[in-house]
This record gives sequence, structure tokens and C-alpha cells, in this order.
Amino acid sequence: MLPDRFGHFDGFGGRFVPETLIYALDELEQEYKKAKKDASFIRDLNYYLREYAGRPTPLFFAKKLSQRLGMKVYLKREDLLHTGAHKINNTIGQGLLCLRMKKPRVIAETGAGQHGVATATVAALFGLKCDVYMGKEDISRQSLNVYRMKLLGAQVIPVRSGSKTLKDAMTEALRDWVTNVRQTHYVIGTVAGPHPYPELVRDFQSVIGREAKKQILEKEGRLPDCLVACVGGGSNAMGLFHSFFNDKKVKFIGVEAGGKGLKLGEHAATLVTGSIGVLHGAKSNLLEDKYGQVSLTHSISAGLDYPGVGPEHAYYKKIGRAAYVAVSDKEALEGFRLLSEEEGIIPALESAHAVSYLAKLGKRLKKNSIVIVCVSGRGDKDMGIVTKKLKI
Amino acid sequence: MNRIEGKFNQLRKQHKKAFIAFITAGYPSLTVTARLVKEFDRIGVDIVELGVPFSDPMADGPIIQEASKAALDKKINLEDIFRLVRSVRKTAVVPICLMTYYNPVFCYGEARFVKDAVAAGVDGVIIPDLPPEEAVGFIQQAALKNLDTIFLAAPTSTAQRLKLISKVSRGFIYYVSLTGVTGPRASLPMDLGRQIKIIKKITSKPVCVGFGVSRRQQVEKLNKISDGVIVGSAIVRKIKENISRPDLVKKVSGFISCLKGA
Repeated sequence: MLPDRFGHFDGFGGRFVPETLIYALDELEQEYKKAKKDASFIRDLNYYLREYAGRPTPLFFAKKLSQRLGMKVYLKREDLLHTGAHKINNTIGQGLLCLRMKKPRVIAETGAGQHGVATATVAALFGLKCDVYMGKEDISRQSLNVYRMKLLGAQVIPVRSGSKTLKDAMTEALRDWVTNVRQTHYVIGTVAGPHPYPELVRDFQSVIGREAKKQILEKEGRLPDCLVACVGGGSNAMGLFHSFFNDKKVKFIGVEAGGKGLKLGEHAATLVTGSIGVLHGAKSNLLEDKYGQVSLTHSISAGLDYPGVGPEHAYYKKIGRAAYVAVSDKEALEGFRLLSEEEGIIPALESAHAVSYLAKLGKRLKKNSIVIVCVSGRGDKDMGIVTKKLKI
Repeated sequence: MNRIEGKFNQLRKQHKKAFIAFITAGYPSLTVTARLVKEFDRIGVDIVELGVPFSDPMADGPIIQEASKAALDKKINLEDIFRLVRSVRKTAVVPICLMTYYNPVFCYGEARFVKDAVAAGVDGVIIPDLPPEEAVGFIQQAALKNLDTIFLAAPTSTAQRLKLISKVSRGFIYYVSLTGVTGPRASLPMDLGRQIKIIKKITSKPVCVGFGVSRRQQVEKLNKISDGVIVGSAIVRKIKENISRPDLVKKVSGFISCLKGA
């Protein structure tokens, strides 16, 4: 199974970082290898996922939405988790690893603030010092999450360079890590970054797909026809897809942020339009100009507003295992409204991208097809943006 | 023998240490960069390092980040930088290294990059986010054209890694003085001397120390224990301070002469 020992997924991934960090990546890799085989680690992880985060999450049959779209839609309710998104699956795992490595401090990057909140939460729970890097632009558009992080005892450090969004927050977090590496664990929030992060985060998130598979077999007696999830860095999508990798009849669809349109700089549809490049420690698809300078991106959703993507998604695209599509800001807002009105569930703007794609998908599927959509997070954090845009 | 190896042979004979000056190519303009390189050649800077601007310089502190951004705002790219080297090469004999993040090299194409760099008169390349494990192909390409591949060693590198870094480095080894990004520091780590001794025992290749070096006393101290120093941010800051002055080149030149001594 991929990645190989260099962290490569058939040419993607790897470790493109300054020498200073190699030892920390080796240390993390070794610790994770040991932890995976350690019954007490598995027990702790499962304990916190169940008793603290609230797993398993329901797989809810969305009856009205299904009728309207002409397919059977099941919602994987990651939005019901503690802190309001799937991000906590990963931060609990990495928090436990951090304790094993005896590092007193964690840092994180965040876009929408969900990963920042999930990291700050676990830091409070485990007694770790926590600093979160967040783009200035995102601090203003996701202010609710900034207050939450502060209340949880984390310091939110505004990043003013570049596009002042997720990409720059991650670059700045890497600079902090290079500086404080001996005492600090960097909790990367998605399936990107240098090896072993893409593998590690995937493994911690794959609980989503493992549960969903069991649940759908109980409810329907068969596997779904299609899985749909939004992709920024790609952690909730990889978490849902991974356990179904060998079930070749199950189609994977990753929905990226089409922003205002597919002109470079106006979207974040990395797999749909990008080329191969190296950013933040891994080779993957990337939005960049012909000289390899990383592009600015735009999305209404701060969590998808990122020019890179996890290397395993680039691999899935290359081998044709998953299809990647883009949904515009406007369509995402329609998805936001649709799920709220039809099912009484207000999704995060990120997840609304996945919901929105269902309407397009419906036309291509056979009747009674079963589709699982990952509702990766809840929408409270986005009410400010949405009330303005939808004129509520 | 290429220019870098020749330079270290010459320095060894003279019992001297290398002074390596870094500037960001295209900051504040390609014309000024060319004038600076020629001036560095004239005043006896041993090696010039030209920084290729990149959108996400993760190993750099605020000074080089800002210079890099200013150069990118002027749309400086690798082709411009190769042209710049070609033009100064008409007169300058100083060895020139490029310091670039990997993505611009990857997008240019490794083989094409090596070919064009050598044709322009570049002698070595430093890629801070390309560790030896990911550089297998690049090392081969560079070796074919006699382009030096200079790898970084860090305070966190294990003995095993130092051996690997020594094996794949050509020209010299760039020892990163501290855990952190580039930028002037008032003081360098206490155990730096001990660290350099460790690496010097492992390698016979020249070891030059960079990151944080900004003062004459630091240069003197490092010259006693290493084969040379690399100064970057302090010089770029000097450029910034004099950016609108007609005597910018003279000011920067004077600063370097003070730093490196006679």
C-alpha cells in the first residue's frame, strides 16, 4: 500500500523541506509506526473519538433531498462532531502522538478556523501550549472561530504575507516549526505537507469511511454507487474515500472550489485545472504560473481557498480512481440553502460545495443510485458571509 | 575544475576563509544586481549567491521575504537571472551560485535548468527545500555538466545524515548555524563551534556557515572554526536602507568590506 518508504504516492508526495525539519519528520514517522502497533494508543484514540468527539457519527438518509434529486442521498454527519467538523478526528490522533513525543507545544495553520479550533481544543484537553497561524483575510471572514480559539487558550497569530489566507498561514507555520522544532509538534490539518503527514492524516480521517461503509451495509445491504466530498487540501474526502479504495465499483467524486470562474487566481480548483508542482513539502497538483510561482486563489469558503492539494489525491486523479470537479461560489451558496431548507441541516460552506454538486450528478446516475455525501462541517461559522450573500 | 573548487584551493593556499555574499536577484532591479555582482567581484567577495525570488520562501525571514516579493512584483524569473549572470560573466570571475527553492527549478525542468545555468556561467546551486533523498535526479544532471550541488546541513542533522550530505555535496557544504529562518541575529548558538567540529570530522569538503551572520565579530569567530561564512539578510537590509540613494552600490560595498575585513 502507498505511500512507499519515501512517502511517495507513485511520484507524488515526498519530503521537500529544509534539512532542519528532516529529523522531526523522522521522529514523527517512527513514533507513529510504534503507536499504530501499541494497543494503549489505539485504545486512547478510540476512547477520545467516542467519548469526547462523539463518534460514530450518523449516516443520515436525506429523504426530501433524495426525492428532489432522484437518488438515495445519505449524509455522513461529521458536522455533528465536537467542534463542528471532521478536523477533530486528526487533532486527537496528533495530540496523542505529541504527548508520546513529549513535546510541550503545538502549532497549526488554519483557513476556515475549523482545524485551528480542533487543535486548540485538543491542546486544552491535553495541556499543551498552542499557537495557530491564520491569514489576516480569514481572521476577518471567520471571526467566530477566532474567538473560539482564543477562549480555548490558543494564541491566534495573524499572517499578513501573500494572499493572507491558508497558503500563507501554512508557510508561516513551517517557519515557526523550523525555528522551534525541538519543542514543537506541527499539527498539519490536511492530507498535505511532507511525509508522513499525508499518510498520517489520512489514517486518522479514514474512520469516516470505515464507519460509513459499515453503516451503509447495515441500511442498504450493499455498497454505495458514489461518494462525494469537498476538496481543499482533501482530508475529509480522503477520509471518506480511503476505505472504499478497493471497491472499484464505488465512484469517488472530489468537489473543488470553482470560485468566481476557472481563470487562474479566481478559484481554488487545483486538481481540475492545476499542474504538477512542489509546495509545502510535497509534490502534487498545484495552481502556479509557468515559472513555478504559486498563484493566489479565491473561494467563498476559507477552508477550500488553497492552491495545493494532498498528494494522494493527485495520485487518485492520475490513476483515474477519483474524478474531480469544480463548483462555483454561487452554486455552493445554492447547496448551502438546499441542505438547510430540505433537511434542516446548515452545512459549512466547504461541505456545501459537495452538496451542490449532487444536482449535477443526479442527471448522470441511474435511478435509485446510492450516494454518500460527507457533510464535513457545520455552517455556524459562515452565517456572516452567507447572510450578506443570500440577503437573508 | 570549476570556479568554486578553484576558489577554495586558492583560499586554502593563502590560509584564508571564504566570504560569501547573498543578494536577491532583481532587488531592487536587475541593473542594480548586475552592478552589485561586479562590485563584489572587484572587492574580493569569494563567492556570490544570487537568490531566485519565490512566492513562498519557507526558509526565509522577513528581510529576504520582502526582497523576494519586490522582485516578483517586477516579474523577475529564471530566464532574466540567467541573462543577468551571462552579462556579468563577461567581466566578473567570481564564482556564482544560485539559491532557489525547488518549484521554479522543477517547472523549468531539471535538465534544462542545469544546461541553461551552466551556459550562463553559474557554478553552483543551493536548493534549501530539496534534501538529498529527493535530489537523486538533479544531482545526476548537475554532475554531468559540472555544476556544483551544495546541500544544507543543520544543527538537527544526525551523524548518518551528515555523511549523506557530505557525500552528495559538491563545492562546499552549507552549514545552517541555527534552527530557524534566515535573518540577522545578535548572537549565534552557544554550541555552534562544537557542531562545526562534528561535521568537520565527518567531511573533508569545505564547510561554510550561514543564517544569522551579520556582524564582524561573528565573521571573525566563524573564520577560526569553519571554511567560510555566508551573509545574506544583513546585506539585503543594507540594500533596502539605501534603496533610493545614488551611491547604493558604494554603501553596500563599504558594508561588506567592513564585515569581511581586508
